[in-house]
Amino acid sequence: MGLALAFYWVPDAPLEGFRQRIFYIHVPVALTAYACFGWAAWKALRLLWVRNDRYDLESYTAVHMGVIFGILTLVTGSIWARTSWGVWWSWGERQLVLFLVLFLFYSAYFMLRYSVEPGPRRARMSAVYALFGVVLIPVSFLAIRLAEGLIHPVVFDRDVGSNLAGSQLLTFVICFAGTLALAASLYVNELTGKRVDERLRELREALS
Amino acid sequence: MSSAEKYVTAAYLVVLGVLLVYLVIYAFKLSRLEREVGELAELARRQRDAEPTPEPDREEVAP
Repeated sequence: MGLALAFYWVPDAPLEGFRQRIFYIHVPVALTAYACFGWAAWKALRLLWVRNDRYDLESYTAVHMGVIFGILTLVTGSIWARTSWGVWWSWGERQLVLFLVLFLFYSAYFMLRYSVEPGPRRARMSAVYALFGVVLIPVSFLAIRLAEGLIHPVVFDRDVGSNLAGSQLLTFVICFAGTLALAASLYVNELTGKRVDERLRELREALS
Repeated sequence: MSSAEKYVTAAYLVVLGVLLVYLVIYAFKLSRLEREVGELAELARRQRDAEPTPEPDREEVAP
């Protein structure tokens, strides 16, 4: 539905024209990546707080989802940059670089996780790492507003509010809700798969 | 198709493509899990068959 609205209902933006339609996929995907990393940090905090191992798998799955949506953010953002600014990437843009740092930080999570033997120690180390990464989320999100002289557009401003027209805002909200729902269903599927995998391993050990 | 239209379409297709790849990987994972469940069920069946069957209780007959 969001796709149909973005292509057929929303009018062309005054400055960006047709290419502004990438906004309806790029921004929801980026916000969903932040949400996944935030969820991973929350589950990591729960693990450290209540010492329940089930949160380890939940945190790991959320990081997994976050990295997938992070890749999509970088690719769609790069395509938008190419069509709007004429370049695939700009190292001068703090927003882009900070998102890349956040993405690489959480990509390194897997290297840390698989370099330690499974068990409570690995769970605690992974949880602490996931918690550290969450600090980068507000920095990455606010970088665009704190820095000056950027070419990356600001759509939601604290002083003005939303710079979108009514139809654009509605389309954005629908696309964002759809992307969040997609991420949630992928998360539940992935988590169920990982839990079944774990139970099967236990069953195999018990039977052999 | 203009240049902007091509880029916008490419951005949406990338997202759909990545989702499709993810679904294919997940389908392979599900089929692996199904195969493993089958193997474990077979292993459990063999272990059950290998165990000696307990003798049935004999009814005491009154003299």
